[in-house]
Amino acid sequence: MFQATLGSQDVAQSAVNIPEIDWQAISPVVVVFVAACLSVLVEAFLPRERRWSVQVTLSLLTVVVAGLALGLYVNSDAVVGTGGITVAGQAVPLFSADYPALFLWGTLLALSFGALLLIADRSVDGGAFASPVPPAPGGDPVQYQAPGRQTEVFPLALFALGGMMVFLAANDLLTMFVALEVLSLPLYLMCGLARRRRLISQESAVKYFLLGAFSSAFFLYGLALLYGYAGSVRLVDIAAATAGTDRPETLLYAGFGLLVVGLLFKASIGPFHAWTPDVYQGAPTPVTAFMAACTKVAAFGAILRVLTLAFEASSWEWRGVLWAVAIVSMLIGAVLGLTQTDMKRMIAYSSIAHAGFLLVGAIAMTEDGLSGTMFYLLAYGFTTLAAFGIITLVRDGNGEATHLSQWAGLAKRSPLVAVTFAFLLLALAGIPMTSGFMGKLAVFSAAIADGMAPLVVVALLASAIAAFFYLRVIVLMYFSEPAQDGPTVSVPGAFTTAAITLGVVVTLLLGVLPAFALDWASVGGFVS
Amino acid sequence: METFLAVQEPLAASGVAEYGWLLIALPLFGAAVLLLGGRRTNAWGHLLGCATVIAAFVYGLALFLSMTGMPADERVRELHLFDWIPVNALNVEFGLRIDPLSMVFVLLITGVGALIHIYSVGYMSHDQAGRTGADNTERRRFFAYLNLFVGAMLILVLGNSFVTLYLGWEGVGLASYLLIAFWQHRPAAATAAKKAFLMNRVGDVGLALAIFLMFAELGTTQYTEVFARAGEMPTGVLLAIALLLLLGACGKSGQFPLQAWLPDAMEGPTPVSALIHAATMVTAGVYLIARSNPIYNLTEDGRLVVTIIGALTLLIGAIIGCAYDDIKKVLAYSTVSQIGYMILAVGLGPAGYALGIFHLLTHGFFKAGLFLGAGSVMHGMNDEVNMRRFGGLAKHMPITFVTFGLGYLALIGFPFLSGYFSKDEIVAAAFAQEGWRGWVFGGAAALGAALTAFYMTRLMLMTFFGEKRWKGQKSADGREYHPHESPASMTVPMIVLAFGSVFGGVLLYSGDRLLGWLEPSLGAVAHAEGGALPHSVIPFLVVGLSAVGVLLAWLLVGRRPVPATAPAQVSFPVRAARADLYGNALNETLFARPGTWLTRALVYVDNRGVDGLVNGIAALLGGSSGRLRRAQTGFVRSYALSILGGAVLLTAALLMVRFT
Repeated sequence: MFQATLGSQDVAQSAVNIPEIDWQAISPVVVVFVAACLSVLVEAFLPRERRWSVQVTLSLLTVVVAGLALGLYVNSDAVVGTGGITVAGQAVPLFSADYPALFLWGTLLALSFGALLLIADRSVDGGAFASPVPPAPGGDPVQYQAPGRQTEVFPLALFALGGMMVFLAANDLLTMFVALEVLSLPLYLMCGLARRRRLISQESAVKYFLLGAFSSAFFLYGLALLYGYAGSVRLVDIAAATAGTDRPETLLYAGFGLLVVGLLFKASIGPFHAWTPDVYQGAPTPVTAFMAACTKVAAFGAILRVLTLAFEASSWEWRGVLWAVAIVSMLIGAVLGLTQTDMKRMIAYSSIAHAGFLLVGAIAMTEDGLSGTMFYLLAYGFTTLAAFGIITLVRDGNGEATHLSQWAGLAKRSPLVAVTFAFLLLALAGIPMTSGFMGKLAVFSAAIADGMAPLVVVALLASAIAAFFYLRVIVLMYFSEPAQDGPTVSVPGAFTTAAITLGVVVTLLLGVLPAFALDWASVGGFVS
Repeated sequence: METFLAVQEPLAASGVAEYGWLLIALPLFGAAVLLLGGRRTNAWGHLLGCATVIAAFVYGLALFLSMTGMPADERVRELHLFDWIPVNALNVEFGLRIDPLSMVFVLLITGVGALIHIYSVGYMSHDQAGRTGADNTERRRFFAYLNLFVGAMLILVLGNSFVTLYLGWEGVGLASYLLIAFWQHRPAAATAAKKAFLMNRVGDVGLALAIFLMFAELGTTQYTEVFARAGEMPTGVLLAIALLLLLGACGKSGQFPLQAWLPDAMEGPTPVSALIHAATMVTAGVYLIARSNPIYNLTEDGRLVVTIIGALTLLIGAIIGCAYDDIKKVLAYSTVSQIGYMILAVGLGPAGYALGIFHLLTHGFFKAGLFLGAGSVMHGMNDEVNMRRFGGLAKHMPITFVTFGLGYLALIGFPFLSGYFSKDEIVAAAFAQEGWRGWVFGGAAALGAALTAFYMTRLMLMTFFGEKRWKGQKSADGREYHPHESPASMTVPMIVLAFGSVFGGVLLYSGDRLLGWLEPSLGAVAHAEGGALPHSVIPFLVVGLSAVGVLLAWLLVGRRPVPATAPAQVSFPVRAARADLYGNALNETLFARPGTWLTRALVYVDNRGVDGLVNGIAALLGGSSGRLRRAQTGFVRSYALSILGGAVLLTAALLMVRFT
């Protein structure tokens, strides 16, 4: 009937250029999206009491299957690194499963597996999520606890994950924009799902949504200007256009600036970071872990792709500006982190500083810069994931005890938790024998090799400043007297234990034997 | 004199020598069992300690006998055990060098060590607080340390490279530290241990630097290669190595200027003083120089410095020994002085290496015997060490008196006792030096002999003769003195050592037994002719001077009553000697006080300068953090404004870069 409306087969073929799809190459993404849709159906049709177990199984299985699909593809006989969705007659895929995308997909899947484990854990205080029921009239809205459990978080997380995977693989600004929205909208919702302290959670969701929409507008405006400049939204076309001289360059630089603002916002790089502390603090901690680990990977994947594929030729002009942005981000993260009193906010500022370090590697524009940045993403993601996992465990009567003073003397009561957290903090500070050190080493050495020594000096100073607030927590845990009626450390459930163990093991492994991961990260670059 | 002695190429160990590692493994095994076994080994730990050392001695004896059956040029053997440090250019193999020199030490260490282990069984049966058998844990710890020491000392003398030697060197340092501080609840013992450790560190740095230099110049630290290629090194480097090795020797052997720790080390239990701080460890410096003879043969200046140090130390030790009232300290300074003789001897080069080792052996016998005797005296006198409280003990402790007396006679060089042969030879060799050196070094050595006779006679008289000054007195812990003879486990080793003191010299000396035996390791003894005094005069001179010393002591001490407290009004030399010839004061002024000033200055700089800077930066960062924080208002509108501002700035900057 559809064909009949169009009239004939020929018309359809001439009107729609059917793209060539390498199904195996994009199979991980397909798996995630199909499962996300399934997950919505489960939510709609399964009775409430059975949803939780089905959703947990489904989402974890999805990530595992997607990972297996990725592994099968990478180890298959096919020519790896050039597949994706290619429009006929164009050399570069619209949506490219090239080596960086494959590496970052693997990273995303592994990190989201850990994050989903945290999300799924209900053993501590019944879990972090509530169904979105409004507080009863007259109750205390600040301390209000919603009844029941909700499972919407699982399809939301899967959609966000799918959006991230597309976002970092899109070779076309429009696809990228759509993916940006697909990943962002579920995240906004997830931030508001906390079972305790619902007001701050919902506030953070609204803030994130408003500012995210604002920055999406920047991205879109930049996209429009670039289209005006190059006549195309494809990254390679923009790169080709910059080679010519007869176009109005104001459009190029204005467009680049606005586009980059949208990307920097997602990666929480200063001065576009303002949302980060509030949202990290307000969101349920497992969601914060998911955002901190995965969103960063996706955003930096896109930044690397856009900078390398579309703007490498004009890098001389924009590099200085991004230097400044990196410096601002590192200093804001490090300096403001000094006076934070809330654990989650502190880690938020730490993530802003780390985003600055990552940007140093991203603007190096060399193979080492690319592989170093991707390695850093992998390393940082696991460390921060485990750190947030620990934060879910330290609790008092009102839920998580995130004020720094409540952590005083923790080592006396829970030596294992304290030593694990101390190790993760050392990794965040970049102490040798941890992945944080190897990541910084990779990124900074790439930057020096590309002639950015002054920037690296600033980065090292910022690292030194940031080390203070990490070490302060260690001092607090080990050398302070425990607070009166301080928080208790819950015995973690199997899921949380698994997630924290995963994060700690990877942090240690990448710190001691980083070679294999660095090799994976440097197999190949973007296809252009 | 500059005849290069052929360095003998070692052969691979075979036969009994293949099990040479047992020598080291046995005592170390004992130490490990005692230290790791904990309380379970309390009851029999000391017996295991004795057994391992006796077993090592028996094996060493068998090894020695098997070697005597070999022709002289096959007696230098090497036993490769494993590659210890195989790093690129540095390749240290862990192996044993079993040759006449190391065998002499093996027998001395295990033999005297075994005797002292046996003696300690009795000595430790009541600890220094007088509690009988109170503390088996302490006794176990003590034997563990003693075993550790024997093992480390054997590594030191048996190793076939300088690095292995260094391992043993540090090992004995550790054991010495642990044993000096064995009664660490006594502040004096703790301080003495620290002092010994620190002063030894100074010497160890010298030894380490010498090894580094060898490695830098030759790329190896194995004895065979270093000695074969020593001639390749420039003279300056060779001299530097010789002096640095000497610094190491000075630290370990209590030689000037690092002699001050040795007398303080007597705070340790007496068997330790006898074993470590008289007979074995403190002679490691002599071993080091004798072992490095191919290096010293090449540098006459280096040897001269060694001789000067030796001569100086033997006089210093003897002079201070005359003034002390503490029986162990007198013996300690006597040790310093006697090691001075040995260092003097090895400094004389090919004429003296073997003589130094000869004196080392005889000294090992009689000094160990003297210390054990002193321990026996203290044992019977409530651990009193002040000789002014002794007197007339000969009747109460006859065995101790006789054995101690024989050791005394051997030490002062009474004709035909062991000290007579070894010391005379050294004095003779010193006089045989050419020109001024003969007179200076020979004169010092002869003068030292007179002083030795004086202070030792004084000690004998104050302890065993005269009136019983302890009658009616009470010791520091409030008990009366009841002098009594010690148990058999203590007296038997003393008797054995007394035999060594009497007959050791003549046995080793007659027919050049020892000197000939050592030839494969140290080269032939070059009997120098001529020099300042003819060889035949020396024995008469030395014995005569010793007699003068004895006579003086009798006139000054024996004939007159000894005051129970040391007189305060004394002449300058006595005051100087009592103050260790101002050795400690010198260290204090030259090193300790400038060190303190330097530390204080650095602390000041650190507090005011460095900390000020750091705190300033921290305050700056903290302040800016606090101010910047206010930008984080929590209002979405201001966040949006900041994003807009950032976007405008970023875009403007991009356009400016492009169009300016």
